[in-house]
Amino acid sequence: MARRAEQVSPWPGIAATGILVAAIFAAFVAIGLRVETGTGLRLAEWQAVRFTIWQAFLSALFSVALAVPVARGLARRRFPAHALLVTLLGAPFILPVIVAVLGILAIFGRNGWVNLALGALGLPDVSIYGAHGVILAHVFFNMPLATRLILQGWQTIPGEQFRLAGQLGLTPGAVFRTLEWPVLRQVVPGAFALIFVICLTSFAVALTLGGGPRATTIELAIYQAFRFDFDLGRAAVLSLLQLAVAGCAAVMALWILPPIVLQTGRDRVQQRWDRRTWGPRVLDGFWIVAAAAFLLMPLLAVVLAGVPGLLQLPASIWPATGTSIWVALVSTVLLVALALPIAAWLAQTKRGGAETLTLLGLIASPLMIGTGWFLLIFPWASPVAFALPVTALVNAMMALPFAVRILLPAMRQVFRDYGRLGQSLGLRDVAFWRIVLLPRLRPQIGFAAGLTAALSLGDLGVIALFADPDVATLPLQMYRLMGSYRTEAAAGAAVLLLMLAFGMFWICDMWGRRHAEG
Amino acid sequence: MLKVNGLRVEQGTFTLHATFDVEQGARVAVIGPSGAGKSTLLGAIGGYAPATGQVLVDGRDVSAAAPDQRGMAMLFQDGNLFPHLTLEQNVGLGIRPALRLTTAERTRARDALGQVGLGDFATRKPGGVSGGQQSRAALARVLVQDRPLLLLDEPFAALGPALRGEMLDLTSRVARDVNATVLMITHAPEDAERAADQVLFVDNGRVDTPRPVAEILSNPPEALRAYLGR
Repeated sequence: MARRAEQVSPWPGIAATGILVAAIFAAFVAIGLRVETGTGLRLAEWQAVRFTIWQAFLSALFSVALAVPVARGLARRRFPAHALLVTLLGAPFILPVIVAVLGILAIFGRNGWVNLALGALGLPDVSIYGAHGVILAHVFFNMPLATRLILQGWQTIPGEQFRLAGQLGLTPGAVFRTLEWPVLRQVVPGAFALIFVICLTSFAVALTLGGGPRATTIELAIYQAFRFDFDLGRAAVLSLLQLAVAGCAAVMALWILPPIVLQTGRDRVQQRWDRRTWGPRVLDGFWIVAAAAFLLMPLLAVVLAGVPGLLQLPASIWPATGTSIWVALVSTVLLVALALPIAAWLAQTKRGGAETLTLLGLIASPLMIGTGWFLLIFPWASPVAFALPVTALVNAMMALPFAVRILLPAMRQVFRDYGRLGQSLGLRDVAFWRIVLLPRLRPQIGFAAGLTAALSLGDLGVIALFADPDVATLPLQMYRLMGSYRTEAAAGAAVLLLMLAFGMFWICDMWGRRHAEG
Repeated sequence: MLKVNGLRVEQGTFTLHATFDVEQGARVAVIGPSGAGKSTLLGAIGGYAPATGQVLVDGRDVSAAAPDQRGMAMLFQDGNLFPHLTLEQNVGLGIRPALRLTTAERTRARDALGQVGLGDFATRKPGGVSGGQQSRAALARVLVQDRPLLLLDEPFAALGPALRGEMLDLTSRVARDVNATVLMITHAPEDAERAADQVLFVDNGRVDTPRPVAEILSNPPEALRAYLGR
């Protein structure tokens, strides 16, 4: 039969993917053309490569190693704030990096709580700047992610098995060996690989806490080549290095990368019988409290310092805030316009392309794409004029793999449940989108849009490359305040940024959940 | 009325062949063991599964037409209503695939709901009514669709015996009102006796020709006897 099998046309999705690939490819070509033959790699470049890989490895290692006991505690214990804490583990994902860095500085920085305590005890100060600071910040962001992945893994263990373990009176150690360990062995390599790849493209953390020959990531080196030396050839070489490193890692890790599940509020506590003894109870309590403190204290410090700081905000904050909101809105609209058709296309094809798409998002780092587009625009126009559109586009592209992963399962479900009914009623293309897909997917669209809005609002990446003193987003303005040691004002900006990021996420997510029925 | 000629569906190692005719106005029960190909047969006739061969409705070859262009209405095992739309909107989609209807069209949708006893439930959503009422709403849509052929893939399987009987009677009434020929899958011979004139026996990918219910149930062929356990 000659009839088309798809309910909605795949062409918008194919076109959207084409635009995406073209945008990345154009950046890649611009970089490739710029690399001069005979440009050898200097020591600084090799140091950047080595540090990038080394810090990503340690960040992933510590994140996963710390996540195991925390996840174990959360899986075994029930307490009043349990659901809240599990939800909180999702928060770092939409937390603006620069806000978290300020919080970490408030705890571990020169005048931070830790050094105050050490000083009171007559002990020498510790410095947060350098490699260990970068790794600490990465653990702050990724340990919660690892914890959630492990928790999800353990939740796939059927309740009957725990019942059987309880009936047999297995000790916690025996339960670990027979039930928890096999799942852990499956989940941990994936979580490790994911965090490793994410940390390879770290920029904002390295910018604020790293630097110098011993703590510069490739992304940071690209920025420095741009801003300090305006050496575009070197920036291009570094972009190629970034592509090679992230690309190799992502390709190698692809087969173990876990599906990224980001839905909040999934808090199912399993009935377990292996938590009676005192030893594990104390241990679990320790890990849960320690993890909660590690995550909450920096945020608390930001809020405490920032609320009074709100009054000291310089006037330059307000245009930057407006700019940030504008960029976030454009990113979100772009994302929805790209992600929906792509997801619809993938949902109707047999083979899953989402994995490949995620790969693309992980390999193409923001600064690399930014460099490419800068090189493309530079001969023709002032890149500053394009700072905001490019930022909005890159932010949407970075959120796209996550958005597609959120939309795709729900989209497949709708086609499975209502595809034939739609066919029998002649609902095709626009009619199927409007009457079936959009209303059914509203919660997922809201969630993905909220995520993008928050990520875009908090992003400090491409904008740092392009910006001049007149064009700034809120995170960049906040970074400048930190750089000029106006800590109170910076903390005030952090609170503002935090409220905006969570606020925009909340509005989108609520919009999605409202009227979500059936 | 319905002419199936050399229809062939392949799904992995399973193959279904069918050649049979159904006369105008007949109510045909499709009976056979699980996995025999009953749903596959209806799916292929309805245009939901890829198939080769010919399907003719009132002499028109619909083999290449989209499901909604075949002159058929179909009710599935589940998912017959969109949960986010009101019953009236759900019925209205049978008139025209759009949500904004003219006053006349809305009146028609409401009338159809009234005919199946749901006059007061037009603004409810499927989640707010019982399973039996959901079936009624789906039948109200069949009324407004007004197609010459009605395909039922056990839409009432989840209902209790009494309610299922009631729905079968309502289906017969609806089919008579729109003058439709009916092809319905069922597991229970008593359903066939209650709501069908003929039986189409399907076994292991082979489809018989329709035979009168009384005849086939009083003297079932070997394979059907094995299925019925008689």
